[in-house]
Order: sequence, then structure tokens, then C-alpha cells
Amino acid sequence: MGATYASNGKPVDQRIAETELLRFATAGSVDDGKSTLIGRLLHDAKSILADQLAHVKETSERRGDGELNLALLTDGLRAEREQGITIDVAYRSFQTDKRRFIIADCPGHEQYTRNMVTGASTADLSLVLVDARNGLVRQSRRHAAISALLRTPHLVVAINKMDLVDYDQSVYDAIVADFRSWSAGLEFAEATFIPMSALKGDNVVEPSARMPWYDGPTLLHHLETVQIAGDRNLEDWRFPVQWVVRPQNDDRHHDYRGYAGQVAAGVLTPGEEVVVLPSGRTTRLAAIDTMDGPLEQAFPPQSVTLLLEDDLDISRGDLIARADESNPPTVARELEAIVCWMSDAPLRAGGRYALKHTTRAVRAVVEDVDWHLDVETLDRLDNSHGLSLNEIGHVRLRLSAPLAFDPYARNRETGSFILIDEATNDTVGAGLIAAPQD
Amino acid sequence: MSYELSHLDALEAEAIHIMREVAAELERPVLLFSGGKDSIVLLRLAEKAFRPARFPFPVMHVDTGHNFPEVIEFRDRLVSEIGERLIVASVQESIDKGRAVEETGPRASRNRLQTVTLLDAIEEHGFDAAFGGARRDEERARAKERIFSFRDDFGQWDPKAQRPELWQLYNGRVRKGEHVRVFPISNWTELDVWQYIERERLQLPPIYFAHEREVFARDGMLYAASEFVELLDGEEVFTETVRYRTVGDMTCTGAVASTAATLETVVAEIAATDITERGQTRADDRVTEAAMEDRKREGYF
Repeated sequence: MGATYASNGKPVDQRIAETELLRFATAGSVDDGKSTLIGRLLHDAKSILADQLAHVKETSERRGDGELNLALLTDGLRAEREQGITIDVAYRSFQTDKRRFIIADCPGHEQYTRNMVTGASTADLSLVLVDARNGLVRQSRRHAAISALLRTPHLVVAINKMDLVDYDQSVYDAIVADFRSWSAGLEFAEATFIPMSALKGDNVVEPSARMPWYDGPTLLHHLETVQIAGDRNLEDWRFPVQWVVRPQNDDRHHDYRGYAGQVAAGVLTPGEEVVVLPSGRTTRLAAIDTMDGPLEQAFPPQSVTLLLEDDLDISRGDLIARADESNPPTVARELEAIVCWMSDAPLRAGGRYALKHTTRAVRAVVEDVDWHLDVETLDRLDNSHGLSLNEIGHVRLRLSAPLAFDPYARNRETGSFILIDEATNDTVGAGLIAAPQD
Repeated sequence: MSYELSHLDALEAEAIHIMREVAAELERPVLLFSGGKDSIVLLRLAEKAFRPARFPFPVMHVDTGHNFPEVIEFRDRLVSEIGERLIVASVQESIDKGRAVEETGPRASRNRLQTVTLLDAIEEHGFDAAFGGARRDEERARAKERIFSFRDDFGQWDPKAQRPELWQLYNGRVRKGEHVRVFPISNWTELDVWQYIERERLQLPPIYFAHEREVFARDGMLYAASEFVELLDGEEVFTETVRYRTVGDMTCTGAVASTAATLETVVAEIAATDITERGQTRADDRVTEAAMEDRKREGYF
């Protein structure tokens, strides 16, 4: 088959392939060059279209920033443009032939720790920026520590601005050694170090000729090839019931009763014996239904509808698990968790909040705050004041009804929750459930 | 067996999850449908989320009265084919009732008036959630908007006071009079939408495919000649083979010169394009640098 041509004359593939989706989070201080790095990645991966580029060129010249200020590509809100800062997490997409990417671009100001937590919560990979001139500063350590806490499976440490240290290998080696010794106690699946200059384009998309001593991948090559399919929990079968599908006024589906939701973990196969929590009743998985027909198996993060053999009383908020699970979920009315606090009004013992976990909402009372973390070192500090904005600490909660949950370390989906202030309806806390006796 | 999902499957699963969360947690959702490709994708995602049952919400179109007739015809046919309820909120009625004032002159547009009609309809029906087909790749202000985007009782968006959105745990709690705009395809790009349309074999209004049309050139774009637009001095109507890349009002949606008459050739053109859809086709975003941000704050889609 010959190539086809679009009406603008460019040859194109007959059909654009579907690829894998990788979500990654970046954070950095104002001067780390984060915006320039993202701009460089988008620009060199040819994800910036002509009108966007023309706009940035025009703005760069008007502001006297030189010919092309790549950082302007990611400017969002007017207040940000006026103040030259980033206020909120921005999500940007781009794609190459190999993968489709979503970047969670998090501001690096100290008061925005909550944004780093937000960005890391859905990321497959964290990209931590280090300015080669300054080494591992507070902000880079904070981002790496939060990524470890949130169990982002992969970490890239981008040692940027190598052009300003004459592409000197000893500077790079010292930062790598410093990071390794500092992070010895943190758990990452892997950490990859890449020396680069976002401004000059070294090792972002194109390999650098100026750092022959570095034989690792460019940033884009690493993003395109890092293995992520194995990051999800495919062992412990978990299905939070989100919605009960019951067709009304339809004779063909009179007896249809389906439990819709997104697979949180495990590989589901019809015929397996299942348990519905918290009630503990058991039945068998009869079929996995979708609008496009039944599936032989379902796995995370597919959204499907389960049909069960027996007509049990099941509703939103119930958790369906495999009956003979070797790692069964914990069903309890109290839990311990690491909580990141996101509100100006502090969390204190005795405080009451709504807690949303998977598809279930309950009320929670704070029994105690045991300790909080130095977010740079992850050292535990004594706590008597509760948690103030952007603090992360260990909290014991008592619940109004039982929850079926897993440790966050075992399963992000069934191990996380948010706290909601019922007076303001704001989301005020993010919780990571601790393993028993942690 | 490898347990990998393609990017379209992953985006679809996320969108279905979002729609079910809204149906479960809010009392009176509505799906905003424009007849454009993004809202056509939303309808298919709603079918995937709720079939074999009917949608637990109605579909609503804010009709400016300046829509392409082909799109209105398509809207009525599609919504009836899938057996769902359609509400039409009319900008003309808002004007007739004195709620909105028509702009005048050759550059007049009803684009901004839609906000009044939309907010009135939300209040009249008591909707507490409205699904929209907005995507983060469309425009810079959208990149910072949450999937569940909270609106106060004036319908306003405050970009500095957004609720943190973690994992897949969405907070849709609202008080009476407030609502959330929910964008299930926030993370999709224009190309994702077209690939999905191709994969799902979705029907589209005919104006998305190359056709002959009477147009005139203004500000470097081609606009449809219609009773709703006055020509400026020196502007002339001519016939061109065009297609539309976005669907809005006839007064402010530009056409693209193209001979792509099938889904496959349109997708191929989109994949090879070097200009964004809003840059190429939407006069409404060109007014000021922060045009979209301003309209969003007021309660625009």
C-alpha cells in the first residue's frame, strides 16, 4: 500500500496506531528551568503547532525575552503571566510514535506541597529537577520525598543547566552521589539520572554531543521505553461497586442487574468465587459485561459491569474481592494513615470530616496525630499541634461505618482516601492507609 | 496475555468512571450537547457507562439560533436514535425575555450570550452537575481546570480556589444553587477524539467532511455566508470546498479548505496538521490573550 497524503500535502500513515499512556509529574522551583524543560520537550518532540509557536515568539519579543522563550509555552492563567509564577497544577498532553503522554506540571513553591501530592497521586513517573549549579536543594528533596511517599513507581532526576557548569562530569557525579546517599532510606522502583540542558536542548530529545561521558538515554527516550505495564497490582482482585445498572421499562433486560465500576486491582475471570465486603456474602462472578459485549477477563484500569450468579443486596460503596484471596482486604472501623493536609484550617484531634474511599463515603473522627514528617528527610517529628497546611503526618481515624481497604503500599486505589470538610465541601486532606503495625 | 491497555482504552475507562461517579453522587446531572465531535464522543461514553439502561440524566443543547442547520438536524436524529431525552435551551428566548442583549454590527456574535441561557437553564431545571466536552489541550486556561470544576451560585469559576483532585477520588459536593461542570474527556487531545470516532465508527454532522459552501474571507479565515452575518466593505462571497474542524456558531466558526471527505482522510489531515483547532477555526478566542479565561470565569462552557 502506498502512502496517503493529507490535503496539505504531507504524507501520513494510513492509520495512527494506538499506543500506551504514560502519566508523569514534574515539579521544580521557579528557577530550576522546569517550564523551559517542558517547553523543550514539547517543542523538540514536535508537539507545538505553528500558531502556538508564533504566539510564543511574538510574546517573547514583546517582553524582551529573546527570540523564543520556551517557558512561555506552559503559561496558563493571566495572574501567572503577570507574576511570572505558576499557581496551579496544569495537565498537558503530547505524543510521539511510541507513547501518549500526560504531564502533571506542578508549581514548586513551598506553599504548594499539596500540588505536588496531587500531581504524584496519578503519576507513573516523577521527574525531579535539579539545578546543576545548586545541587540538591530543599525543593528537589521535597519532590523526591513526596514521590517516594506517594509510591510513584519510577523516578527521573533531571540534572539541568549543565551548560552553566561547562558540561562537567564531576558536577553531575557529585549530585548523583549526594542524591543516592540522601535517598538511601526511600523506596523507589528505580531512579534514573540524566544530565541535560533544557535551554540548549542537550539530552532532552536529542543526545548531547557535549557530554560524551554520559552514555544513558535522553529524557524522551527514557519516557518512551520505561516499563510501566507491570506497575499495577494484578494479584489482589479488587472491584469497588460504583453504580448499579438496572434497566427500567425494558422487557429484554427485565432481570438485568449489573454492578458497574473500575477494576482497582487483579485479573477478574468469570467463574471465580467472590466475596462482597463489608457484608461478607459470597457468590460467583457470572460474566463481565460491556456495551461492546462480554469480556473473558478484566484488569485495571478497565471500567466494566459485573454480573453475579446470585441476587445479593449490593450497592455503591461495596467492595467485591476474590473469596480465596491470600491478601484479603482489611475490614475495619478504624484506620491509621499518612495524611497530607491541604487546608488553612489545621487538622486537630477531635476533628470530624467526611472521608471518601474508593466509591464509599463515611464520616471520620481524628483520634490522634502521632507524628509529622520533615518532608525533606522523611524524619518523624513529635507532634502536639495537629497538621497545618502542607504538613504530612500520621493520623489515627475512627469511622462511622466499616471500610474494606488495603495498605497504600499494596494498592494505590484501595489504599487512598480524601477528607472533605462538610461545612465548606472543600477537599482538605489526602490519606495513604498504613499497613497494620506500621 | 499482556495486561496493557492502549491509550484510547485507558482514556475511555477514565471517562466512564467519571460519568458514573457523577451519576452516583449528584442529584440532577445534565449532559451538555452541542452537536460537535467532542459532545458526540461524550454521548458514546455515556452509552458505555450506563447501557443497557438509559442515561440517568437528560441531554441539553444551548441553541444560539445561529447554529448550522445540518447540526441541528443531526442533533435531533442522534438523540432520538439512542432513545434519550433532549432539552433545548434557546438564546433567542433569553433575548426575547430581555435576559440577554443581542450584539450588533458585522462582527456580532451570540457566543457570549450562551452563558446567560446556560446558567438560566441550569437554575430553571435545578441541575447540580453539567457534563461538558472541553479538553485541556484546547486552550491554556483549560490546562489548569479540574475534571470536576466547581461553580458558585453565580456560575463562576475561580481558578485560584479549585479543589485538589487526587487519585480517582472526585469531590462533587455542592450546596443548593451551586453546581459542578464535569469534563470526562479533559485528558483527551483532538487527535484522540478523532481516533476514537474512527474506532467507534461514530456518526458526525456532514459539515465535518469536505463539501462545497458559499464562504467569505475575514481575518485570514473562511466563514460561511449566512443571514446572520453582515459583510464588511470589500468582502465577497465565493464557493470553496471546505470542512469544519470545530462546530460553533455560523458567525464565529471558521472553515478549513480541504478535500477530505471521509473519516479516514480527515483523521489523516488532523494527524499531520501544524495548527491548533482553536487557532484555525475560532474567532472567539482571538479577541484578547486571556479571552477564554475571562469567559470561563463568567460561567462559559
